[in-house]
Amino acid sequence: MTDTTISPKVAEMPANLPFKSKSLYEVDDLTRKRNAAERRFKAYGVAAVCIGLFFLVVLAYTIISEGIPAFSRTIVEVEFSLTQEQFDEAEGQLFKTKAYEQIFIGALQGQLQESGVSVPFDATTIERIVGKPGNTIRTYFKANQDKLGDAVGFELAASSRVDGYMNGRVTRENMTDSRFLQKTDLDLVDILVDAGVIKTVFNWNFITGADSGVDNPGAAGIGASVVGSFFMMLVVLFLSLPIGVATSIYLEEFAPQNRITDLIEVNISNLAAVPSIVFGILGLAVFIQFMHLPQSAPIVGGLVLTLMTLPTIIISTRASLKAVPPSIRDAALGIGASKMQAIFHHVLPLAMPGILTGTIIGLAQALGETAPLLLIGMVGFVARGYPEGLIAGFTDPNSAMPAQIYTWAARADFAFYEKAWGGIVVLLIFLLSMNILAIILRRRFERRW
Amino acid sequence: MSLFWLILIVLAIAVVGYVLGRARAMSSAGGERSALHSLPSYYGANVAMKAAVPAFLFLIVWLLAQPFYVNSEISAMIPDSAISEGSSRGLVLAEVRRAARGLDNAVASDAITEDFARNARADFNDITARLKEAGQIVTSDITQPVLRAAQRYRVLTAAGNLYMTIAVILVAIVGALWALRETNAQFRARNTVEKGVQAILIAAASIAILTTIGIVLSLVFNTIEFFKLYPAADFFFGVTWSPSFSGRGGSSELGIIPLLWGTFYISFVALAVAVPVGLFAAIYLSEYAGPRVRAVAKPLLEILAGIPTIVYGLFALLTVGPLLLSAFGDNGFGIMKAGTAVMTAGLVMGIMLIPFVSSLSDDIINAVPQAMRDGSYGLGATKSETVKKVILPAALPGIVGAILLAASRAIGETMIVVLGAGAAARLSLNPFEAMTTVTAKIVSQLTGDADFASPVALVAFALGMTLFVVTLGLNIVALYIVRKYREQYD
Repeated sequence: MTDTTISPKVAEMPANLPFKSKSLYEVDDLTRKRNAAERRFKAYGVAAVCIGLFFLVVLAYTIISEGIPAFSRTIVEVEFSLTQEQFDEAEGQLFKTKAYEQIFIGALQGQLQESGVSVPFDATTIERIVGKPGNTIRTYFKANQDKLGDAVGFELAASSRVDGYMNGRVTRENMTDSRFLQKTDLDLVDILVDAGVIKTVFNWNFITGADSGVDNPGAAGIGASVVGSFFMMLVVLFLSLPIGVATSIYLEEFAPQNRITDLIEVNISNLAAVPSIVFGILGLAVFIQFMHLPQSAPIVGGLVLTLMTLPTIIISTRASLKAVPPSIRDAALGIGASKMQAIFHHVLPLAMPGILTGTIIGLAQALGETAPLLLIGMVGFVARGYPEGLIAGFTDPNSAMPAQIYTWAARADFAFYEKAWGGIVVLLIFLLSMNILAIILRRRFERRW
Repeated sequence: MSLFWLILIVLAIAVVGYVLGRARAMSSAGGERSALHSLPSYYGANVAMKAAVPAFLFLIVWLLAQPFYVNSEISAMIPDSAISEGSSRGLVLAEVRRAARGLDNAVASDAITEDFARNARADFNDITARLKEAGQIVTSDITQPVLRAAQRYRVLTAAGNLYMTIAVILVAIVGALWALRETNAQFRARNTVEKGVQAILIAAASIAILTTIGIVLSLVFNTIEFFKLYPAADFFFGVTWSPSFSGRGGSSELGIIPLLWGTFYISFVALAVAVPVGLFAAIYLSEYAGPRVRAVAKPLLEILAGIPTIVYGLFALLTVGPLLLSAFGDNGFGIMKAGTAVMTAGLVMGIMLIPFVSSLSDDIINAVPQAMRDGSYGLGATKSETVKKVILPAALPGIVGAILLAASRAIGETMIVVLGAGAAARLSLNPFEAMTTVTAKIVSQLTGDADFASPVALVAFALGMTLFVVTLGLNIVALYIVRKYREQYD
């Protein structure tokens, strides 16, 4: 029976029969219900994917919008000259920095008048905006007495509240007058911004600096903990890559089918799922309590992260060893290579791109790990400066990027939150470039058979 | 520094051995490569291996054993009278080590002479003050027994390091000489080297076992230590968690129930977010989405799994917490007091787990044979009916396994709860109240605390043990289910 024979009959049927239609062209209630259910079900799926992507977008937006302000800082730029007499006079007074501050205010007023604005302001306003400029100026001129009489450009860091005002964290609406900042001060800040005295510049100190004290968020930088992370990653790379590759080669190529092999395999798959904090406990008990390795040292952090990264590297290495076709091994064995030679000279080089990709991804995971580092003492406030040498880089107390971010997030001062977001931007830049490197490696070198 | 040089020296001996071994093999064959049993480089590698491997093994054993010997020697020197009330031998030993390190550093920075460091007496010389002056961190006043022990410690360690250097270099040289002696044209160098390499491979593979043993031992020993100080029944069945740092933790109540409650509550909220979203995403991506949507959406979702947990923690603390507070706080429903709460941590953890659930379920759904789908379509079922009536039942064991793995991830998650869940341990049903978890308490009890003698610090190991057992159990069950299911269709 063909369509042509059936269709006239169907067409003859009246459109609105009181009884249930048996036509294929009409959708009955049950089908309508089933189709609606089908559409609903599909919509749930779309919604689920959209929710996931929505969270990703929100996360990315939050990180970028909150993190960017950490990379700028507000400075007060004042050209300043001090004569010998002024210097001697100021040094002769009881409150020396106060005297310098008066001179500074005079200079600032002069500079404003030159650009055509004149507003009165007093020392306390300036102190709230710039901190204590007198001290900075005094230290400078005491150290460089030959500069007396010359015009010297000063870049003074603005106080953290003014910094917040400049990048939108503090607004006139949400601030309350306090001894740190008053609403009227912001008028002066606006004028100074118009006059080009207050400027926003790129905050190099955040990239290169070390952690500061709890009361000085402006000076905190992530540089020292980046170095700490770097030394840890060196340890992880140089331990986990050889150990992971050796383990995989053994399990994939040599291991006999017996209980010990099974035990190793079960162990590896379980270690991959052990919570990271348990590795921190292991590091604390074995490396610090038992072996007396130095606390807070990147080498201990590196050892702990190595143990954590090993399962990842082993799993990906075994997959890439498995992907090398047996014909390669057979050919090598056939021309007289030993099994060891076949594997090390032929299989391993072919599997190398896959192994390196897995290693980079494992390293990226290790780089973002925080909890075990806190247990072995690599908390943020130990990152007070750069290590003094190559060996000191491994053994001196230092922090790591995620632990530094945690320390900032746990502090009470809101200004540190901005630093924490900025730290996350730096951390994610590292992670992103590592993952992109892995993708490029895979695209360029991975062979498919 | 000396350890670094020692390693370099051993490596140098190995390199020299390589060159000599190769040369000796060549000369024994009269310069004829084909007369050798193996390639010449194998003879060199044989010598290098026999020089370096035993030397490094010896070095590791020595490094592990020396602290034991030194500690027992020092421990014997400290009379019981020198251990003050409320202190312990372990604490005094730690003080001795600190003092010894202080002396070392002070000598290195020329603040005191080596002679003074060796012979100073705490009762005559103001050693504590002088060390402090040299910028060394020493705790209380260094007493005479501690100082004498510290001096002895320095002598023993210095002697130990000297002997170790000599012994390790000797082992390396002897190994190299022995290997050189056996080198001749008939020697089966390749077989020997390959056996050695295989031994190294086995050793590498057993590190996984060693790690597990290390975890178990470090947890078990310290947990036993904890239960000596604090009754196990009170720990497992206590409903109050209030560690008190005064009086060396004697008056603290350390019941695990509120922590477990917080852990499971937060994990439950997280799974309530992650399982529906992740599962529907997996179904959509594997059954409905075209290849192009799949190629874009799947990696994007998996980015969520690659973001470090500290980022989620900060997101919970600074973004989600205040957001929830503005909706459910005093200006909204009035049931939330602070930004840190079960809901905050659970929600954010759920986001983190979405890709975890979705990619595992995706794999499992894809493993369901196409024939089952075709059969269902052939009977006239719609896609959603096929998914609900055929694919999900077939994939159910695998999906359960995936959810269990996600649950174990949620229970072991640390940074999100440390930052997002609050610090108060309480038993409450309100999800907008702050609660705390096992992992968060491990961090707070152990961070920056090197004193392992008080129950307040040791409890972290008992908590870790509980956490380890729970997650291990979940993982084993999950892996068993997943593996058993996979075998069905392979």
